[in-house]
Amino acid sequence: MFSRAYKAAVTVPPLLWVTIFLLVPYLLMFCYSFWSVSQAQTIVHSWNLANFKELLRVSVYWQTLLRSMWIAARVTFFALLLGYPLAYFLSFYGGERKHLYYQLVIIPLWVSYLVRAYAWKTILGSDGVLNTLLQYVHLTKHPLEFLLYSPFAVVLTLTHIYTPFTFLPIYAALEHIPRNLVEASHDLGATPVQTFWRVVVPLSIPGVVAGATFAFVLSLGDFLAPLLLGGPSGIMISNMVVSLFGAAYNWPLGAAISLCMLVLVVSLLFLSERLEKKWSFS
Amino acid sequence: MAFITSSGVASGTGLNSPRGPLLSIRNVAKSFGKNVVLRNISLEIAEGEFLTILGESGSGKTTLLRIIAGFESASAGDLWMGEERLDRQPPYRRRVNTVFQSYALFPHLSVEENVAYGLRVAKRPEAEIVLRVEEALDKVKMMAYAKSKPSKISGGQQQRVALARALVNRPRLLLLDEPLSALDANLRRQMQVELKSLQREVGIAFVFVTHDQEEAMVMSDRIALLRSGELEQVATPREIYSRPATAYAAQFIGHTNLLQGAVRGGIAKCSSLSWPATLPDGPAVFSLRPENIRLDADASADTDGTVHIRGRVLHQAFHGATELIRVECVDGLVLIVRTPSGGGVRNEVGLEFYPADAVPVREYRERN
Amino acid sequence: MELLVSGSTGSALHSRWLSLHAVAVFAFLYLPIAVLILYSFNGEGVGGFPPRRLTLDWYRMLFADGPIWDSVFNSLQVAFATMAISLAFGVPAALALDRAQFPGKALFRRLVLLPLILPGIITGLSLLMLFNVVGVKLSVLTIILGHGTALISVATTEIFAGLQKLDRAQEEASLDLGANYWQTFWRITVPNLKLPIIGAALLIFTLSMDEIAVSFFLIGRDNTLPLEIWGRLRRGITPEINAVSTVIFVFSLVAIVLWYRLRVRAEGSAEVVTEIVETIPEESM
Repeated sequence: MFSRAYKAAVTVPPLLWVTIFLLVPYLLMFCYSFWSVSQAQTIVHSWNLANFKELLRVSVYWQTLLRSMWIAARVTFFALLLGYPLAYFLSFYGGERKHLYYQLVIIPLWVSYLVRAYAWKTILGSDGVLNTLLQYVHLTKHPLEFLLYSPFAVVLTLTHIYTPFTFLPIYAALEHIPRNLVEASHDLGATPVQTFWRVVVPLSIPGVVAGATFAFVLSLGDFLAPLLLGGPSGIMISNMVVSLFGAAYNWPLGAAISLCMLVLVVSLLFLSERLEKKWSFS
Repeated sequence: MAFITSSGVASGTGLNSPRGPLLSIRNVAKSFGKNVVLRNISLEIAEGEFLTILGESGSGKTTLLRIIAGFESASAGDLWMGEERLDRQPPYRRRVNTVFQSYALFPHLSVEENVAYGLRVAKRPEAEIVLRVEEALDKVKMMAYAKSKPSKISGGQQQRVALARALVNRPRLLLLDEPLSALDANLRRQMQVELKSLQREVGIAFVFVTHDQEEAMVMSDRIALLRSGELEQVATPREIYSRPATAYAAQFIGHTNLLQGAVRGGIAKCSSLSWPATLPDGPAVFSLRPENIRLDADASADTDGTVHIRGRVLHQAFHGATELIRVECVDGLVLIVRTPSGGGVRNEVGLEFYPADAVPVREYRERN
Repeated sequence: MELLVSGSTGSALHSRWLSLHAVAVFAFLYLPIAVLILYSFNGEGVGGFPPRRLTLDWYRMLFADGPIWDSVFNSLQVAFATMAISLAFGVPAALALDRAQFPGKALFRRLVLLPLILPGIITGLSLLMLFNVVGVKLSVLTIILGHGTALISVATTEIFAGLQKLDRAQEEASLDLGANYWQTFWRITVPNLKLPIIGAALLIFTLSMDEIAVSFFLIGRDNTLPLEIWGRLRRGITPEINAVSTVIFVFSLVAIVLWYRLRVRAEGSAEVVTEIVETIPEESM
């Protein structure tokens, strides 16, 4: 029904934009990762694997990457722990107020990341709300130091940010489950608990995979929370990249790390797509 | 065969088995907010009988079924199975299973895992599960598809699996919510026969919900006709056909002619027709089935008690084995007559019928 | 005699635990924001509990703060320009994905959606390298290009979802009645996509106003609002930040609720849920 001219007209402009501003930059990043920086702070276009060797050799890099992955894993775990029962509650017990509750969940999702991260900073500081409250009610005598400038603070903040991200796809998956399947399960003698594990959970897996992927990937690449709240022990891989593009001027090394992250993320996306397909039954 | 229960086959009315009725529905009513869906339903279901709840959409038949299954609770009244209050139990404790209209097969489980579901949940031993699932699948002729997923089999096949999944649990009562409505006409007719013989074989009471009156007549031991939330008539198919209790029943099941008239001194008068009727004086409505009106070449007088009238043919419709002829009689009355095909095209006809075939029915009141 | 809860989808006991959990999660989600708002009125500044002496001082300070207003102006510039770019390229992208077949379509689809899930710094950094190689100086323009690239995906997913609802027959009827493709696009397609387009615009605007990760690498001398706040945070906390955060929160709240209502009106509530998820890449395309 659509002429070739029409199809060309709608395809070419976005294709061009995407090529210029996405494809080419990624390719550039690829190239940069094989170059190096000279003493005179200029980029030397000599092709070698020096950066990658450096990443493997110098422990701080892959240690930071591992720590970042561990933080991301914990964030994912807690975000799922909070998000799944919430989604289940809204979907199956929400009744008429479902939509109100749903809005309440997505509002924090779109309200400034910076605002929310900053809010945790004011709460967790040694002079902050939580510490003064605890001392006020005499639960503690001195401020708890570990609350802020630690991996704990990063995990807490990122869990706060990404719980709605896990909630969304899980809720969508749960809503998609036909209610007559739940009735059929009851009809055949399964209690609500049995029905939950045998019918609801298996059918919600694609949503869980999607939610976990977002939470993990986005936490892994986060640089704001660690910078605001992480302290020296909470530095994540993106912070290293940022400094390599800033004060510790070494673009090629930074590009190499970014490339690794890109490859890691794309592989994870690929994997999660496969998993989702395997577990989708409609 | 382990699959078949021990109860026997239902009798005509089926209520007089030694243990009393299987299911007793007493004064059940249901409203959703201001919307009254069921009013004062009382019904008894016998062991091993095939009962159909027949009604139009909106009559409340699905709601009634869901109340029996336990997915809705009644606003008033109770349900008894034997000596136990059924309505106090959640659906997963009732010895009742349902075949859903959309089949509701679990998409993430294979056919045989679907059928095994109820047994697994009840933690039956593995060997027993394997045996019973095999029997059930064999009974519905789906053994070859045991390992398939529901998305890969046709609608008719899914329906059989849904049936096997329900029956394998040996429920005391099986509920079927318009299970054949999604099938095309030929498959539907075939499944009607199969379902009926299956029911006879396993001897479990079936409560079947449908809006298709022909289906109800073919399959049922008894029909419960539901209208706007009330039971219009509960009787065997033959009874409900030949002796409809109300004008609605007469019209809903099969074709009929409704004759509005009055009775005075033992004579019923409708338009120019009259015949003896032992009824009290007053207005009356009679149901006259088209097949009970015969085409009569001549004779305009009342011989041997038959009623006669002449008319001209308005419309003649060919229905295969029979024809339905619409006749405008000399006094303005319009009658529909069913006659065997092959008589050629007619213009002027003489009609006759026996007074006994004009069945008095109650007039219906419009409900709000 | 309502014995069964929620039409027998669950039991009463589970419902109680689940609702407790839900309340706890909502508290967790809203607590920090509540604290911020509360402390933006706190006379003693940040920290300390309970807050003493309510005041509007910080808001007064905020409104007199020149650099903040400059950055707001910059952010608004960027946001509007980003809206324009994202829609100008996102609408055709959605149409292309819906209606055209071409080699590399799968790659194109993934590329368009990638910035949504990829950590922002990768998008920002790669663009930085591009501008560096090409020799473009960092400025408000580069930020606009960055935001536009990142948010085309939002426009594409929203419009694509809207296209699924569109009745193809309407466009066919238009062509049948003699209108050409250009006329059909403006007279039939776009009006039918009105609500998704407005919704997308609202969302893109809000996200652009808050964007940090990409902007971080692409700013020249002029700050956007989030980066201005960020800069101050690095130098130490002032209570003024609480005030500006509260203001941002209120605006975002209004924008999001508006967006959601628009979506519900466009499609009916059940669909909205699944499509909001599609603002994050899904296999649906």
